Amino acid sequence: MEDATAERGQIPMRKVVEILRCEVLWGEELLDSLLVRACFAADLMSDVLAYSDPGAVLITGLTTVQSIHTANVADLSAILFVGGKRPAPDVYAMAEEKRIPVLVTPLSMQEACNALRRNGMSAESRP
Amino acid sequence: MTAADEVLLRERFRITGSDFEHGGEVSARIKSILKEIGIPVEAIRRLSIANFEAEMNVVMYADEATLTLEVFSNAVRVEVADRGPGIPDVEKAMEPGFSTATEEMRARGFGAGLGLPNIERNTDEFVIESEVGTGTTLRYRVSWS
Repeated sequence: MEDATAERGQIPMRKVVEILRCEVLWGEELLDSLLVRACFAADLMSDVLAYSDPGAVLITGLTTVQSIHTANVADLSAILFVGGKRPAPDVYAMAEEKRIPVLVTPLSMQEACNALRRNGMSAESRP
Repeated sequence: MTAADEVLLRERFRITGSDFEHGGEVSARIKSILKEIGIPVEAIRRLSIANFEAEMNVVMYADEATLTLEVFSNAVRVEVADRGPGIPDVEKAMEPGFSTATEEMRARGFGAGLGLPNIERNTDEFVIESEVGTGTTLRYRVSWS
């Protein structure tokens, strides 16, 4: 079983990719070993810095390089851009340097959080 | 002088105002340094969040700043001294939600009036001194046992 080692409340990142129909922009090889418990959705990076838990997946519409720095300093496990927004190449490069997977979903922030909650994941949203 | 007072590392970093493109790089570099030294993960996280907020405040509001990092055996001290407009009412600036940010700053995910409160929340000691027309200096410390 893919999620045989998952603790209660954790789901494999691969399942998040599937649920949200994500395209993986960087970090494909990191996804198999990644188990996630929570997502934190916000466009304000100060909200993420103040309220997210380490290991959470950052869901955001902010595609600047500061979203990568935020995920890095707050020890978040991956970044998921909503609404099909794709970051510029320098943002990719920064994510690669920090080894943080970058994904993009066509869903909105609200839709993404709802879909993850339906699948038993904690998804705090501060849009 | 006890072992705890001995500075194991002192390094200075320059932060440039209005440089959004590189805003966050100093905090990222410091995080790598602290990881290499082997400081506890939770202390690194708290310090990195404080550093990033302080760095973005310089990028958003000041002309330039020098960040001085001092690592001790059970604590890290940081000073961020900027040349800039200063803060007319420090008490007001510390209120969560109070902000003088422009639309551009908010569009970049900052300027929601949470920066200084976030620094205070993540540090064990936090002092702010500001002089209008001259600049602002933040001093904070994160320690562990």
